[in-house]
Amino acid sequence: MIPELGQFALALALCLALIQATLPLLGAARGRADWMALARPAAAGQFVFVAIAFGVLEYGFLTDDFSIEFVALHSNSALPAFYKFTAAWGGHEGSMLFWIAILAIWTMAVAAFSRSQPDEFVSRVLGVLGIVSAGIIAFALLTSNPFVRLTPAAFDGNDLNPLLQDPGMIFHPPMLYLGYVGMSVPFAFAVAALLTGRLDKNWAKWTRPWTVAAWVFLTIGITLGSWWAYYELGWGGWWFWDPVENSSFMPWLMATALLHSLAVTERRGIFKSWTVLLAIGAFSLSLLGTFLTRSGVIISVHAFASDPTRGLFILAILGLICGGALLLYAMRARYLEAEGGFKLVSREAFLMANNILFVIATGAVLWGTLNPLIIDALGLGKISVGVPWFNIMFLLPMLPLATLLGVGMHTAWKQMAAEPLLHRLRWPAAIAVVAGIALPLAIFGTTSVLTAVAVTIGIWVCASAALDPVRKLISRTGGPLTRAQLGMCLAHFGVGVFILGATVASAYNLEFDTSARPGDRIQAGGYEFVFRGLRTANGANFVADEGEFELRKGDDLIAVLTPQKRVYRVQQTPMTEAAINTNLARDIFVALGEPLGDNAWSLRIQVKPLIGFLWLGSALMALGGLLAVTDRRYRLIRQEQAATNAAAQQTIGAA
Amino acid sequence: MWRYVVPLIVFATMSGFFVVGLQRNPNYIPSALIGKPIPQFSLPSLTDPSATVSTETLQGQVALVNVWGTWCIECRHEHAFLVELARAGLPIYGLNAKDDRGAALDWLAALGNPYVSSGFDPEGVAIIDWGVTAAPETFLVGRDGTILHKHISPMTPQVWQRDFLPLIKEQCGASGCTFLAAVGGQ
Repeated sequence: MIPELGQFALALALCLALIQATLPLLGAARGRADWMALARPAAAGQFVFVAIAFGVLEYGFLTDDFSIEFVALHSNSALPAFYKFTAAWGGHEGSMLFWIAILAIWTMAVAAFSRSQPDEFVSRVLGVLGIVSAGIIAFALLTSNPFVRLTPAAFDGNDLNPLLQDPGMIFHPPMLYLGYVGMSVPFAFAVAALLTGRLDKNWAKWTRPWTVAAWVFLTIGITLGSWWAYYELGWGGWWFWDPVENSSFMPWLMATALLHSLAVTERRGIFKSWTVLLAIGAFSLSLLGTFLTRSGVIISVHAFASDPTRGLFILAILGLICGGALLLYAMRARYLEAEGGFKLVSREAFLMANNILFVIATGAVLWGTLNPLIIDALGLGKISVGVPWFNIMFLLPMLPLATLLGVGMHTAWKQMAAEPLLHRLRWPAAIAVVAGIALPLAIFGTTSVLTAVAVTIGIWVCASAALDPVRKLISRTGGPLTRAQLGMCLAHFGVGVFILGATVASAYNLEFDTSARPGDRIQAGGYEFVFRGLRTANGANFVADEGEFELRKGDDLIAVLTPQKRVYRVQQTPMTEAAINTNLARDIFVALGEPLGDNAWSLRIQVKPLIGFLWLGSALMALGGLLAVTDRRYRLIRQEQAATNAAAQQTIGAA
Repeated sequence: MWRYVVPLIVFATMSGFFVVGLQRNPNYIPSALIGKPIPQFSLPSLTDPSATVSTETLQGQVALVNVWGTWCIECRHEHAFLVELARAGLPIYGLNAKDDRGAALDWLAALGNPYVSSGFDPEGVAIIDWGVTAAPETFLVGRDGTILHKHISPMTPQVWQRDFLPLIKEQCGASGCTFLAAVGGQ
């Protein structure tokens, strides 16, 4: 009975989403305040019913209700309780419901924090969000219902995919979805602006914190995913250009471009139609990602559903939402154009370069991801696009982008003379070039052109980002940096740190594949590994062989590492749990391979210098975004806006 | 102005490719076993441990070989359809993999037994030679003892109509098979 309640709640949520998708939009078009007033209650009601549906599914998981097919397929009575909880989004049907729940949260947030905005605008925003929500709920109910019963009920469940039985899985999907789905908010703002035919600086000021918030979640989500792949998949890689990784990365690239474009629109009132296009693009890529991963058109280690009816349904939603928005854009964007120029050396010019390069990078990733599909559709055979292609095509726009970033940060709006700029940046530039060439040589004894260039750029970005805060700290002149400025410096500093980590970890990665018996001593990368022995270590739902290794440098014992080879009981899947010893300078990574007989095991040992900088850099980017969102001017915006609204209302009244 | 239409055109082109792409199956990799003889195997029968199911059992007839187990929830979805095909007279042989005999017998008692007989393969050794990656998998075996088709994931009426029937009609040829009319081929 309870699962049917969940399904019923979801159906009610669909009805409310349909109301939210129609009447407020019509009301805004016809100036009917009573219809517009339905937007907030409909959103709130939808939130309540979606929450009930999600709660019911979680209840099914936590009480081991294997009469629900989705629970039987993705859980097991022996599964630890918090993995039962996270298993709710461990499969296709549940993750769609999760998508819906996250959208309901964002919609509620918009409804709650938009009191200062004109009703007509808010109605349109909520109406657009209602269209998105109705589409996805209909998709869930008609093709991916998580509440379908299994008769007779299974005696026990199939268990959660062992790869997903990891603490990283608790936070990675929620963060990623908050980011992914959060892109619907700037999208809705953009469509509302197109519908209104009006887009002013206040629009940009209002859209920006939402975009940054979604971007922060997306950044954290992608980073967690990469970190999880790094230590859980047991291969020691951190980015594989897998179609599913790409489909979360493309919205991120587009959203990053959007953030920068919004800055121009807010400060100077230009780039308007471009900003709107990026907002549509970022969410379209999120939906495209959903389509690619859910429809099975592309092979991926992540794709769990492969069903052509689902694919067609999502494609229809994609066509309706993105196609509709782009059609609207084609018809209305010209009304958004604004006057206002800028010179070659100006903040605007650099941000324009930023946008172009980000869009090129997104295009390259999109092309590489879709290429196998296109070739197959044209009947030209089956191909796959490899990691080296992606690496080169991604670096080509990214290296100049990072180089320009260091200059762009220090330019003024509208126009700036080149000379003071050069004067200001000569020291960071000099330091970067010298350190970029010398440091890798001094520390690792060898370097290459690409490594020297990339390290130089990494240091250059860090130095340039640190310049303003450091000068402020030393000279103590002028006002303090605002949170937004500090956030920008911190995020850009994070970009530099990330570049250093990515470059050094790739260029100086040491990898040894060897075999060893208990008692053996292995020398690798200046460290000594003593294989003490092997024991059995059992968990609630797996059995494992656990190796014990002493990690030594000279005479010092640094750590005892215990990599495991697990076999999960229900699915009989073997899993490699690598042991990692981490400090800021390097990770040491030991993974047990296969037993070779006669007590010997194959081993993979890796020493990865500066890999921690990848996560640190990404964390700094997210933290920078967080600082920017909490900037004073966004807190002030509500009061200001309320005042301008009141004034606008009066003008309308007078006219 | 035309430049505002460009994004829409790009999107429409992409969608066109998606529509075509959806009709194709990216996971379809022709099995290396198609056109090859059935692998050598000999397993005790699930229902009668003294009898065997082996390569010889399958010779000289058009039959399905279905890999299943009680642990495989997807197998439940196809079971009713398999029972239906078996009632129509189509010989279906089972390979019961990585399973418990008691549980497997209970399953057949509860849901019906579509199999002429099932080989019992608790260690999952025999299915390795069949190239089985995930249950359920269904093979079509021809009169001459070669594998004609392999289907991964549950058997459905659509899959049956689209992939299996044409091959079976071809196999049965003029001489005909007794079950052909009953399973949907005129």
